[in-house]
Amino acid sequence: MQSNAALEYDYSVAKLFTYTTILFGFLGMLIGTLIAAQLAFPDLNYLLGEYGTFSRLRPLHTNIVIFGFTLSGVFATFYYSAQRVLKVSMAESKFIMFIGKLHFWLYFVGALIGVITLLLGYTQAKEYAQFEWPVDIAIVIVWVLWGVAMFALIGIRREKALYISMWYYIACFLGVAMLYLFNNMSVPTYFTSGGVGSIMHSVSMYSGTNDALVQWWYGHNAVAFGFTVPIVAMIYYFLPKESGQAVYSYKLSLLSFWGLMFVYLWAGSHHLLWSTVPDWMQTMGSVFSIVLILPSWGSAINMLLTMKGEWNQLTENPLIKFMVLASTFYMLSTLEGPIQAIKSVNAIAHFTDWIPGHVHDGVLGWVVFMIMAALFHMAPRMFKREIYSKKLLEAQFWLQTTAVVLYFTSMWIAGITQGMMWRAVDEYGNLMYSFIDTVTVLHPYYAIRALSGVMYLTGFLMFAYNMIKTMSSSRELTEEPQFRSPMA
Amino acid sequence: MFHWLEKNPFFFAVGVFLVIAFAGLIEILPNFAEASRPVAGLRPYTVLELAGKEVYKKDQCIACHSQLIRPFKAETDRYGQYSLSGEYAYDRPFLWGSKRTGPDLHRVGNYRTTDWHENHMWDPTSVVPGSIMPAYKHHFTNIADIETAYAEAVTVKNVFKTPYGDDIKAGKEAWEAYKPTVLAEASKITAHMKNKDVKDMVAAGKVPEVVALIAYLNSLGTSRYKAKK
Repeated sequence: MQSNAALEYDYSVAKLFTYTTILFGFLGMLIGTLIAAQLAFPDLNYLLGEYGTFSRLRPLHTNIVIFGFTLSGVFATFYYSAQRVLKVSMAESKFIMFIGKLHFWLYFVGALIGVITLLLGYTQAKEYAQFEWPVDIAIVIVWVLWGVAMFALIGIRREKALYISMWYYIACFLGVAMLYLFNNMSVPTYFTSGGVGSIMHSVSMYSGTNDALVQWWYGHNAVAFGFTVPIVAMIYYFLPKESGQAVYSYKLSLLSFWGLMFVYLWAGSHHLLWSTVPDWMQTMGSVFSIVLILPSWGSAINMLLTMKGEWNQLTENPLIKFMVLASTFYMLSTLEGPIQAIKSVNAIAHFTDWIPGHVHDGVLGWVVFMIMAALFHMAPRMFKREIYSKKLLEAQFWLQTTAVVLYFTSMWIAGITQGMMWRAVDEYGNLMYSFIDTVTVLHPYYAIRALSGVMYLTGFLMFAYNMIKTMSSSRELTEEPQFRSPMA
Repeated sequence: MFHWLEKNPFFFAVGVFLVIAFAGLIEILPNFAEASRPVAGLRPYTVLELAGKEVYKKDQCIACHSQLIRPFKAETDRYGQYSLSGEYAYDRPFLWGSKRTGPDLHRVGNYRTTDWHENHMWDPTSVVPGSIMPAYKHHFTNIADIETAYAEAVTVKNVFKTPYGDDIKAGKEAWEAYKPTVLAEASKITAHMKNKDVKDMVAAGKVPEVVALIAYLNSLGTSRYKAKK
């Protein structure tokens, strides 16, 4: 990477998205912890009347952490790193500054409206695509604005070749656009019925099995292009920057990128194994899920090997710890997923807690760790102050790592226990357990999971406190740190 | 080639798009027409059932209940006949779910009754000791939006050719003319219920959410295309 001393980058939009990352992260994880506790202690369902049941809050949790926390993190890191890898400042173009700020404010207002409509129960009831059509339109506008900002920045770039992170941000933009548009195709009933009923209501363009296929083509790949692709973009930028090491292999990054792009979309039908979609699609989903290990591990190994010969940094720099552990959890999670996509394993795992277990070792261990590390790296450069406390950072790391381990181990045990009990038969071939037997047995695991939630949330509060202190009252820096982020 | 693409963002983006769009085309399109055909004799949901489906969506029953019985003996023993693609032909959206914190509901109409649901929605542990499902008492006071459900029936009839009768047509007047049909169906449900407030509300022309929801749950099963034994 070249020296960039001559350019003064503008971080105003990156800062705004940093604030919402912290805000939505806290809100999303708070609700997550509450609903985890509700499964162990059902009385907690009645704190907020009809708005506080597990079922009403669950989509709120998923949407806030996906579209609130993660997307904010993606946008914050994008507006920070894109300027740097393209060697242009946003301040060079009034148009780009305007689009960037409009992007943020529309996003923020849209997110608030989205949260309120979900709380009120306006929903399409498709997972991660719950928002009704007016919110969908707002999301499309926000997304297009991001695209405009992205390609306008690319248009005036000084560095001609796009850095690896930019490949992934572009893919994130295109992938989510395509998936979101097609999955949310619906007809608002108010206009087709001559003005009868609610204006918010719409009906899906697809029915039954087709709707399922489109939904999981979306649902699986919303994870791909929201939770994997832009997070890989982050680690490709921030790990080399923080460690001062060059990316291990360009060829491996090429293989991983184009491999991931090609393979990921096929795997969506592994959410529909043993369902009524045609067998060949199910098999296709299974097979491609296994193939997917290759590009996923390609990126992760490329990142780990970037640290070759510099492993001492792992003990000295907590941010390296976060990123290396994130990469490791990415490997765990992308091995676990394909295992669950094998048809015989899926027969036991599907519909059980092993699935949320799998999701959370990915998101808590990989996505959140990477976003927090990225923001910690950005903070001293954006706010020109050193990170407030290294001790706090260390404590947070161990608390949250323990929390993730408790989360996924308890959910593995819960999932496999329940899956086995559902199919257990006695010597005469009769089912051994009634359904409720398989629920009450899970209580201890649900309690452990709720505890892990409290721990992880506490860790996130430590992160938020450390960030806010860094922004406001930490020691000021006279010049920008080159690699390792300074911390007190 | 890759070096060239990295210097030409437009073609890079086109390349990425082609590579990611490919899978959807091949996996989703070929079976599209076939997968939307109903099983023989399947009737669409009534307006009251559609209103119940909205309650099911609004309170996100899907967060804990699936509607998909897989072809395993352990599942058919527990829930009944495994699910067929054609049974979902009128389900917009599909409500298969992805998590069974509670049991599957695709055949619940075959083995649960109106009064069971009434007790269960009021207090789940009264019929299933140890249940962790919250009580949905607000379903007994909140009013279901049958008008929007009617608008949905009109929409799927006109746009997707779902076979509804001639009395389902666009416009406020048509809805006012149809409303008594919905209320009559609702009173058939309340005839099997004991909550007096709910009965009174239906008599006064308002349908509480629990009535619509029970109508919907009763329709889940094989009764929509097979005569009950």
